[in-house]
Amino acid sequence: MTEKTILINKEGIRTDGRKLSELRPIKLEVGILSNADGSAYIEQGKNKILAAVYGPREAHPRHLALPDKALLRCRYHMAPFSVEERKSPAPSRREVELSKVIRESLEPAIFLEKFPRTSIDIFIEVLQADGGTRCAGITVASLALADAGIPMRDLIVACAAGKAGGQMVLDLNDIEDKEGEADVPVAYMPSFDAVSLLQMDGELTIEEFQQALTLALDGCKQIHALQKEALKAKYQAIKEAAEVSEEE
Amino acid sequence: MTSIMVSRIRRQQIAQLITDGKRLDGRGLNDFRPIQIESGIIEKAEGSARVRLGKTEVMVGIKIDLGEPFSDRPNEGVLTTNAEFVPLASPEFEAGPPGEESMELARVVDRGIRESKAIELEKLCIIPGKKVLVVFIDVYVLNHDGNLIDASTLASIAALMNTKIFKYELKDGEVEKKPGLTPLPLKDTPTSVTFAAISGKLVVDPWLDEEEVMDARLTMTFDKKGRICAIQKGGVGTLSPQQIAEATSTAKEKSEELRKIVAKR
Repeated sequence: MTEKTILINKEGIRTDGRKLSELRPIKLEVGILSNADGSAYIEQGKNKILAAVYGPREAHPRHLALPDKALLRCRYHMAPFSVEERKSPAPSRREVELSKVIRESLEPAIFLEKFPRTSIDIFIEVLQADGGTRCAGITVASLALADAGIPMRDLIVACAAGKAGGQMVLDLNDIEDKEGEADVPVAYMPSFDAVSLLQMDGELTIEEFQQALTLALDGCKQIHALQKEALKAKYQAIKEAAEVSEEE
Repeated sequence: MTSIMVSRIRRQQIAQLITDGKRLDGRGLNDFRPIQIESGIIEKAEGSARVRLGKTEVMVGIKIDLGEPFSDRPNEGVLTTNAEFVPLASPEFEAGPPGEESMELARVVDRGIRESKAIELEKLCIIPGKKVLVVFIDVYVLNHDGNLIDASTLASIAALMNTKIFKYELKDGEVEKKPGLTPLPLKDTPTSVTFAAISGKLVVDPWLDEEEVMDARLTMTFDKKGRICAIQKGGVGTLSPQQIAEATSTAKEKSEELRKIVAKR
């Protein structure tokens, strides 16, 4: 960090033109990969992330299969071209940790006990990264799980909040994440008021942390509404196509 | 964490006792196990410490080397943290490449130290963009009886506090080591506090059987000013926003207690 970027101007506007508690524009699509049992795509700001779900299917290798529930596996991975400097395609320590916390954030929503001895595999591919990829990854993976028809207690939705340029902000972009003071990613099950992922790095007082958590949960609720719309849109499209073919 | 077998009757007992505000080993819900810290136990390492947290035992060795800075931080030394689950520490640990649990442990310990800016990395720069000192924190788990994160953070801080770096001078752009040692520049002592969520309650410093029973785990690291510098939730259960709010105030208080214990060293 040689020069400090001005993250928030005097009018309280952020580098990408947003207000402090404003989400980036989000685009969600469900059912876009034909081979996967379920799939979804998210654009959140410049983030572009694909998620695919395979399963429940026979667990391989077999000895990993669990007698009483499905084995849930998750791979969060960044494409080499997704960031400024080429990222080696081999999984980094960061990606291994994120795969673990993302899996743990999704697991409480899934009725794994319905599918003993099988595996459910979630693949998250970050095609372009712009800060907040683990949260967008959880939001999109949850849609892919729903698209795969896997029974779930709730949709999981995730969003980060934090502190940048001395102020509390929602949904940090890449530069706010890198040069800001703190980042608090949160995953949430709205119907249960339950937090399934919580991390923080940076420095915050307890009061600031509480503000960030409240802000993040508010962001989660907004994105949750978009998730539901995206799921309905897929079936609306199928319904309309069916109606057209009936008319013919 | 690891899948040690805990019998159903013991699981029920642990969970039932916590509902009544008690624990199987007699501790209160917010009590740590007894903590013992020894430092400077490995002469070949630039810094070292061994922490016993109840029966959990963790050793940390610090090695210092010359290296190149990261291109986006040309004026700072480099910190790298690694954790090894040595097979002698638990029947569940196996030799081989690091698994996701040891990577998570290393990254959570690293996050607390890095984000609190405990090590003055800018003082470890020798030639900007070319030569800096690299601080290696190697966490070695010797006996796993639960709460490796807090034991490892304590051991890392204790080891950093007793780390001495070699003196050097620059000759024609080359670094030459000189006799004598100086302390590693440290300006903070982050300490972490880990909770297990069991029966809807949070208990501090879970031992292994409690970790087997817990729904979720929550770690909060505080710096000496009482600010949060790292958080990590683990496990497949969930936490309510109220539980998280309660945890922050308990964790702040407990992290102060731990800081006093490390400072006594």
